[in-house]
Amino acid sequence: MPFVSGLKCRECSREYPAEALNVCDFCFGPLEVEYDYDTISEVISADRISKGPLSIWRYQDLLPASGENPVDIMAGYTPLLKAPNLGKRLGLNNLYIKNDSVNPSFSFKDRVVSVAATKAVEFGFETLACASTGNLACSVAAHAARAGIRSVVFIPSDLERGKVIGAAIYGPTMVAVDGTYDEVNRLCSEVGDNYPWAFVNINMRAYYAEGSKTLGYEVAEQLGWRLPEHVVVPSASGAMFTKIWKGFNELACLGLLDGVAAMSFGPDQNTVHHPAVTTRMHMAQAEGCSPIVTAWKEGQTQVKPVRPNSIAKSLAIGNPADGIYALRVINKSGGSGNTVPESDVVDGIKLLAETEGVFTETAGGVVISALKQLAESGAIKPDELTVAYITGNGLKTQEAVEGVVNPLMVKPTLSSFEEALSERTAIRR
Amino acid sequence: MDRQRVKFTFESEMVKEPIIYRLGQDFHIVTNIRRADVREKLGWVVLELDGEKEEIERGLQWVSSTGVRVDPVGGDVIAG
Repeated sequence: MPFVSGLKCRECSREYPAEALNVCDFCFGPLEVEYDYDTISEVISADRISKGPLSIWRYQDLLPASGENPVDIMAGYTPLLKAPNLGKRLGLNNLYIKNDSVNPSFSFKDRVVSVAATKAVEFGFETLACASTGNLACSVAAHAARAGIRSVVFIPSDLERGKVIGAAIYGPTMVAVDGTYDEVNRLCSEVGDNYPWAFVNINMRAYYAEGSKTLGYEVAEQLGWRLPEHVVVPSASGAMFTKIWKGFNELACLGLLDGVAAMSFGPDQNTVHHPAVTTRMHMAQAEGCSPIVTAWKEGQTQVKPVRPNSIAKSLAIGNPADGIYALRVINKSGGSGNTVPESDVVDGIKLLAETEGVFTETAGGVVISALKQLAESGAIKPDELTVAYITGNGLKTQEAVEGVVNPLMVKPTLSSFEEALSERTAIRR
Repeated sequence: MDRQRVKFTFESEMVKEPIIYRLGQDFHIVTNIRRADVREKLGWVVLELDGEKEEIERGLQWVSSTGVRVDPVGGDVIAG
């Protein structure tokens, strides 16, 4: 059984039972999962976690759905790669890449959807649904297939072919919406209100978002139960950013970090900050959709919505639901907000691929370019332990890097090959 | 009758306009503010609207036409 005590409004603190709810009836604020940490602290240990499955469900005590029979396609427990080559280029001697592009449906969304799908099945829903520009649709369709339930995915009608196929292969009911971004958004919100479906990022949102905490847990575990000094994280809604921070603080408060004493969570579980958590949280957004970073740079406490116009479509959330909470995490952690010019996104993808053999999507390009900015500005010092989160696979956004294809065109003879090779070598000289 | 939960975001030039008053006066819509934060340069209001479905749609189209941004409560639904 999950150690969940209920849901609580993040704004007015009203409490609700752990049901399929996403906003407070009174103030319409977002609902967050509340845990019984006293009981969790009695059962959880690093040893117990290490004996769990090689997926996010090894942290089942800290997730809001039962790990006894999860909808699990083995999301999570992805590699944490030491990145010496990229580090050398950037002047960073202690750099790691959290490569979440190798999840089963090729993005970090498998973490959140695995939790949401498990909870949806627990609640008795027979349809799993979402509105998505790519990664989420793939993951929802895949997990619904695994759970043996129906899935309905809403996508913009102009979505890239690779993403459409990547979701369609799992057999969902696919709805291609012909409209502007705002129209698609409004329609899906209405559908969510009118159909008895488990919409992962609407009525399952409180549970769904918790899956991102595992990105924090895994990095800590893979570093030997310690935290990095810096993390660089891409942001769309801001939810993942806040949940990584929450994950770090949960581990600290439960006494799971090496040499860190446990501490009470206090009255507000979602804003607790253990003094031993000194990781600086750096946010990366592309220039064409950077509402949270813009607010941080202007010193605002509110996030002004924007109309997205970015090649990093998986980060193109113009009105981020968790924007103000992510903003608070940047400030509380002493981190920063980083805007990456659109023209630098592909450079970031190439740099990671050419130095570490990891092919990421556009969101990862944003992260690597932001990391470069942070290293060049001295915000990250050469020997500081740094983790860059790569959350999606490059095969999903191949259109962005089509220009890299430039093969030697040869006839099937050795002389033709050698001639072409010497020409290319001469050009490179 | 229909009920919708929406968020209006006002830029500085619209903060002084009585948009919610006119929405209630010019359309057959009952407005009920639940949460708000209005500053000099930017403001948002989360509210519930009660009325006929067509009238709410007409009213929200008018609000959008004034330059005020209209979103579902809880931010964007569509995700990456």
